[in-house]
Amino acid sequence: MPDLPHLKRLEAESIHILRESVAECERPVLLYSIGKDSSVLLHLARKAFAPGRLPFPLLHIATGWDFRDMIAHRDATVRAHGLDLKVHTNEAAVAAGVKPWTHGGAYADLMLTEALRQALDRHEFDAAFGGGRRDEERSRAKERVVSVRSGHRWEPRAQRPELWHLYNFRRGPGETLRVFPLSNWTEADVWQYILAENVPIVPLYLAKPRAVVRRGGQWIAVDDERLPLAPDERVETLSVRFRTLGCYPLTAAMESEAATVQAVIEEMRASRSSERAGRLVDRDGVAAMERKKREGYF
Amino acid sequence: MRTLLRFITCGSVDDGKSTLIGRLLADAGRLAEDQREALVADSRRYGTRGGEIDYALLVDGLTAEREQGITIDVAYRFFATDRRSFIVADTPGHEQYTRNMATGASTAQAAVILLDASKGLLTQTRRHSHIVALLGIRHVALAVNKMDLVGYSQARFEALVEDYRRFAADLGFKSLAAIPLCAVDGDNLTTRSPHMPWYAGGSLLEWLESVEVEEGRAGAPLRLPVQAVLRPHADFRGLAGLIEQGTVRVGDALRVLPSGRDATVARLMVGETNVPSAQAGESVTVVLGQAVDAARGDWLVAAAEPAATADGFEATVIWMHAEPLLQGRTYLLKAGTRTVMATVSPIKYRLDPNSGERLAARRLALNDIGVCGLELDAPIPFENYKDNRDLGGVILIDRLTHQTVGAGLLHFALHRSQNVHWQTLDVDKAARARLNRQRPCILWFTGLSGAGKSTIANLVEKRLYAEGHRTYLLDGDNVRHGLNKDLGFAAQDRVENIRRVAEVARLMMDAGLIVLVSFISPFRAERRMARALVEAGEFIEVFVDAPLAVAEARDPKGLYAKARRGEISNFTGIDSPYETPEDPELRLDTAALGADEAAERVVGYLREAGVIGG
Repeated sequence: MPDLPHLKRLEAESIHILRESVAECERPVLLYSIGKDSSVLLHLARKAFAPGRLPFPLLHIATGWDFRDMIAHRDATVRAHGLDLKVHTNEAAVAAGVKPWTHGGAYADLMLTEALRQALDRHEFDAAFGGGRRDEERSRAKERVVSVRSGHRWEPRAQRPELWHLYNFRRGPGETLRVFPLSNWTEADVWQYILAENVPIVPLYLAKPRAVVRRGGQWIAVDDERLPLAPDERVETLSVRFRTLGCYPLTAAMESEAATVQAVIEEMRASRSSERAGRLVDRDGVAAMERKKREGYF
Repeated sequence: MRTLLRFITCGSVDDGKSTLIGRLLADAGRLAEDQREALVADSRRYGTRGGEIDYALLVDGLTAEREQGITIDVAYRFFATDRRSFIVADTPGHEQYTRNMATGASTAQAAVILLDASKGLLTQTRRHSHIVALLGIRHVALAVNKMDLVGYSQARFEALVEDYRRFAADLGFKSLAAIPLCAVDGDNLTTRSPHMPWYAGGSLLEWLESVEVEEGRAGAPLRLPVQAVLRPHADFRGLAGLIEQGTVRVGDALRVLPSGRDATVARLMVGETNVPSAQAGESVTVVLGQAVDAARGDWLVAAAEPAATADGFEATVIWMHAEPLLQGRTYLLKAGTRTVMATVSPIKYRLDPNSGERLAARRLALNDIGVCGLELDAPIPFENYKDNRDLGGVILIDRLTHQTVGAGLLHFALHRSQNVHWQTLDVDKAARARLNRQRPCILWFTGLSGAGKSTIANLVEKRLYAEGHRTYLLDGDNVRHGLNKDLGFAAQDRVENIRRVAEVARLMMDAGLIVLVSFISPFRAERRMARALVEAGEFIEVFVDAPLAVAEARDPKGLYAKARRGEISNFTGIDSPYETPEDPELRLDTAALGADEAAERVVGYLREAGVIGG
């Protein structure tokens, strides 16, 4: 009998991780960022528990600066599958006037990291599924599938050894888990799976003419009228797509004509920049991600 | 169709492992432009190549590692060619991180073992090869690196390979390829080297793309550990799990283990889709045609070729925690989807991972590998690790800290549990208790030497006796004269001491007695073990609390003085720890209470708890 193709292996492994987590945790939650990884994760979770409903809710950390298309996609997905969606925003930070361009690196800490902690604490979730992959970034290469956080912090030196596919879900008071079912996927795997399984994704991943402005050498979408423009900035309409999605003022677009998933895959094959190049938050220093992870960012 | 190969790279600290992987990722996996820019910047800042591109920096991720210039954790790396997708487990070369190597090896199908051509076989090379073999990897590439340092010498290469083949002869590798390399320059890494025309073989990448690691799992008898029972509505009951071995088809006759009930496959699903069959490596949902009981932790197996079940095993244990493994200690054991309690029975030997030699041992320290017995509190289905790594591999978890403290590779059943039945007797504990007009229990007095345990226990027994109750007092010193006279005071002996006493106390309690145990019993783990032997409410922990200074001042047997003079070692409170009970049923503060008052408290507690009548 021939070996299983690698996408089937990855799918089976992720479903196994999702089922183990639900069996061994009391209050799991799926962190739903509406991005392509989250969409694949949701698709896998629905497969894992079919024909039943998802045995856990979705949590979206909203900043108020999400692309409008993301919110539309989120609401349509929730309706289509009858999902239980929780939305949380760090209201205190919003009230304090925190905006994507006002606080530098602290913006992500406040609106994502801190907001996530607040939401996990409020709902007393003991395990949170994330779409993180080990190929994304150097510090993630050492992340476990099941990662223990004490008071939400990640201690790289205190990680449990993880052998075969036996995952240790035991946790003490004050400890929570982050679970990464897509650990062993690459960006290319995610795209190929989206194509093979026809996974619905936000249209922003596909190229179309959009209003953008040149800023710091990158294209930033003018998704609504709140984006302040400098006197010398000029709004242009270009065919662009996004490789990752986050707060629109902080997410760079790339010029592209790839209007289908197939075209995106072909373009990526020829591409010369990695996925996180479009994410401005990651650009502050060599150890940025390691530090963010230690503080509880996903 | 592209397949997946998971492999591990290992070698000593300076063999050039990080450079080899970094270069493999950059050359075969095509480094993105922004990553190359970052690498160039990092090379200037942290590099060890005088500002030139240092490929090792691609894989040395954590800030702590950069600062120390070493790799401290398993990192997983990804690249793909048209033929295969690769997952690389990059594992540390330092001896103290053996546990990480075992972790990386546990999921790898092939290994690349690095050797520095200028240095030859090192202790680490042997150690890593032993671990690779132990964890069940059967396909190995010996990457003889730094050939530039030996002038690309064919003679040197062949001598090293000969050395290694002789060493590895009994490690059970099915295939062993040797490749001369210079990773820094890319020679024989992804393309053939112009410097070594005498080498007729392929590059390392060619080997990785073509090595056959077919495990034949799809053709073996079905093994499917149940993860969950899916019950979305009353008409559907699906057993969800990953097929670890074999193939399952609609209509197949299956057996549920350990219960042994048979059923047939009525329906098989992957996600929401019905499928006629599925093979090893797939996550499926099975609907059985008969209403047989099956739950998480059970196995679905081929009815014609079922797996064995057992509650005791010989196993190789790789210890992964600073707190050592001790004989008699009880841990949680996770096997597949089932978690049980496992007690460590005698350690047979420890392996010297450098030589493979067997050494006598009574404990396993961090990074030790040894063979011991594991006695479980319930039978589990299993396979020998040699036959199937995912079914024969188990992890040990500390019950208090929840850390994964060890990995176990199951060899064989020590006794087939289906042949051993607990003898059911007609006169039971309840019947004896009625006759005695008391509820049997264990009163466990713990505390420092000189705290007053024996004095108080003795007074309690006198009062109970006076009221006509049937009791027995097990005293630490007395038991050590007989039953436990073969045991000393080292940690592993203390563990065994308590295990025996706990078992004796349980038998006496079963006989209907109120058993008073007066033992220092310094470790929480053993007190928990004793508590776990009996039912809830039957174990009453009495903490006889005296500060060390008070106990030492009393020193009724003159032992503290001796310990202070160094005449006796491992003395609790002096050079061996006492772990204070966290939640005892009773705490007696003997600095404030007299012995009579303390005994009265205990008797009062027994009355309130209904152990003895009002």
